[in-house]
Amino acid sequence: MCLAVPAKLIECEADEAVADLHGNRVKISTLLVPQVQTGDWVLIHAGFAIQKLESDQAEATFAVLEDLNKHLDEPVPGV
Amino acid sequence: MIRDDHQAGPTLTSPRSNGARISLAHGGGGQLTDELIGGLVLPRLGNGLLNELLDSAVLPLDAQHRLALTIDAYVVTPWRFAGGDIGRLAVSGTVNDLSVAGAKPLGLALSMILAEGLPQRDLDVVLASVAQASSEAGVPVVTGDTKVVGHGQADGIYLITAGVGVVPTDRRLHPDSIKAGDALIINGPIGEHGLTVMLAREMPEIDSVLRSDVAPLNHLINRVMTRHGGGVHFMRDATRSGLAGLAADLAKQSGRHITLDEAVIPVRPEARHAADMLGLDPLEVANEGKVVIVADRNQADQIVATMREHELGKQACVIGWVGDDGDGICELNTLIGGRRIIQKPYGEQLPRIC
Amino acid sequence: MVTEALKRLREAAAAIDRPVKFMEVCGTHTMSAFRTGLHSLMPDNVQLLSGPGCPVCVTAQGDIDQLIELAADRDVTVCTYGDMMRVPGQRGSLAAARAEGADVRVVYSIMDAVRYAAEHHGRQVVFAAVGFETTAPSTAAAVLEAERQNLDNFSVLATHKRVLPAMKALLESGKVEVDGFLCPGHVSVIIGSEPYRMIVDDYHKPCVIGGFEDVLMAVALAALTEQIRDGATALVNLYPQAVTRRGNIVAQRLIETIYEPADTRWRGLGVIPQSGLVLKPSYQTFDAARRFELSTPEDHDPRGCLCGQVITGRKTPHECKLFARVCTPIHPIGPCMVSSEGTCQAWFKYNRGGLHPTPLTTGATRQ
Repeated sequence: MCLAVPAKLIECEADEAVADLHGNRVKISTLLVPQVQTGDWVLIHAGFAIQKLESDQAEATFAVLEDLNKHLDEPVPGV
Repeated sequence: MIRDDHQAGPTLTSPRSNGARISLAHGGGGQLTDELIGGLVLPRLGNGLLNELLDSAVLPLDAQHRLALTIDAYVVTPWRFAGGDIGRLAVSGTVNDLSVAGAKPLGLALSMILAEGLPQRDLDVVLASVAQASSEAGVPVVTGDTKVVGHGQADGIYLITAGVGVVPTDRRLHPDSIKAGDALIINGPIGEHGLTVMLAREMPEIDSVLRSDVAPLNHLINRVMTRHGGGVHFMRDATRSGLAGLAADLAKQSGRHITLDEAVIPVRPEARHAADMLGLDPLEVANEGKVVIVADRNQADQIVATMREHELGKQACVIGWVGDDGDGICELNTLIGGRRIIQKPYGEQLPRIC
Repeated sequence: MVTEALKRLREAAAAIDRPVKFMEVCGTHTMSAFRTGLHSLMPDNVQLLSGPGCPVCVTAQGDIDQLIELAADRDVTVCTYGDMMRVPGQRGSLAAARAEGADVRVVYSIMDAVRYAAEHHGRQVVFAAVGFETTAPSTAAAVLEAERQNLDNFSVLATHKRVLPAMKALLESGKVEVDGFLCPGHVSVIIGSEPYRMIVDDYHKPCVIGGFEDVLMAVALAALTEQIRDGATALVNLYPQAVTRRGNIVAQRLIETIYEPADTRWRGLGVIPQSGLVLKPSYQTFDAARRFELSTPEDHDPRGCLCGQVITGRKTPHECKLFARVCTPIHPIGPCMVSSEGTCQAWFKYNRGGLHPTPLTTGATRQ
């Protein structure tokens, strides 16, 4: 329902930023993530950063796998 | 015209087909373009050669040679983009259409349709590009035509290039020649032209390192044909409907099952990420400097080695195989070891958010 | 990583002696499952059902007709995401309207439409705002920006929807049997993981929030299947790099600032209480339906089209008489065939044109 891609912010000014997606630099709105700074990874949907990511995608995917082990060995309610 | 049963059905005058008017999607080079050609063009003009719908028509000439003839119109917006412009495109596209027919291109005819108000400087830039590409290819522009239309009747500059070339009589490149066990070889990474132009048109504010791959491939192809001509069964350049359209067409035209391997299809990271952002599949995006060669599997490695010697073939590799099944289906082995069908894209490619 | 997840998925499935059905609520998950070939790797007794999470697919036919009316009959510029271009209304699509001379522009961001309006003061610009909670905040931001710039030539035709009321309605209807939900990753970025707890607590269905890459989807499906095997019912967030418990508070506040929930019609689900987001009275000046006095949409589905049942997991595309025979991606009749993330298009495109009773992928065509 909603395509979103991770990108790194390389320039922030007021409520706009330039995000880099592996060589594609796009101007986006940061109205929804006012606290972000240059160097942060964000998730971009339809020209808006919708969330600050904790790390780049590779690290995050790895973290999910860790989570998988944690959750699947002993399903825990909630997050 | 090739069509499956499941694509039969509504005719062009059906109220469902966009009120029987031409839509932009009819020009997308996908299934809708096929339908327009099959529904309107071939019923009026069809003949043995035209019905083949190959990149070039090959006509009898003399005992040693046949004549290859092709034509293409170029209406790209914007006319200038990273890695090239409409001038380079017009030369490369037509030279490539001749080359994949096995022809040595001899000369080009260039027709220009210019809009009133076009800066002459822009025209000069385009002509410089035509000259540059023509010199790279070693194929001169030998005749031409110029027309100007009123302001608003056309968008800047349109080019039409026709080309002729000669094919040795004993060289036969045809979908019928595709055999079970043949290898599919490509000369490099896919999707770059289409993504570059789409970014320039739809999202000009994006500053991308992507560049169109537009280039004349005749020297590369000639080298392969000179050294390994006997092993090459068919060739096509993967243009508007991308590698997906080409591979799906190959499967249908040859009636063979074709399998592509996602893990080895070259895609540069910047192209993959641009495609992700726009919601597009690099497989379905246009190229203007990529050729797929269907060749005898025993010669595939040598052909790849030959291609890699050439600047435009540095990343050449085998990307798939022709199978034993006669089902006319093209399938993809995915990165995670799954399988799915590859179909020809339908029409206009649009960026999406969902 | 994906191999390990798939192995766990298969092992868990093997320990379950009945068919299991999971619903992927989000259309991007539907598309991803086909495009990555994940369907072909699913264990025989695990089936993925598509849910009501493709915005194009769940937009009521009447709303689409209203949009076409706007583009075709009023002298305005319609800006839209590419997704909506080919959706057929009673009088054709936006693409058809453009072919007949209407000014329809595809944009990547709604801010491009605001910018266009600011640069063309004499021209009314309407944005076709579709989407779930992921997209609604950007529409809100654009409306606030238009207000800040005093743009009297910008408005939106908004049909934004909320996911949770739809999931609840689906479960309440009793017509859909699912064993658990693969919850939409990017909606969850905005709303957070907590709202799904209601599905776990009140309806006792496991909910796993997953990302969209092949490995993330495989991991989430493994987690769902293992819950079924273990008799567990939990809410698990397997997309923690992007999804938090409370979600994006700034985005939620923006939504609350300009919209209020309203009963809204969904294709296939009918009117669902509080499932839509409509502009608050103080922002209704930006409502294109009001500004252009558009006729009140009537609801009707294309005759014979089962999209409504397909997006609620009650039918598979093969069960629709139109599917692949007269309804194809180049001549779509229902929205599930138009949208590239629509279930019908995904089936058609990645599953042998849908005409082969012997599936290429065992998981995909089992009924």
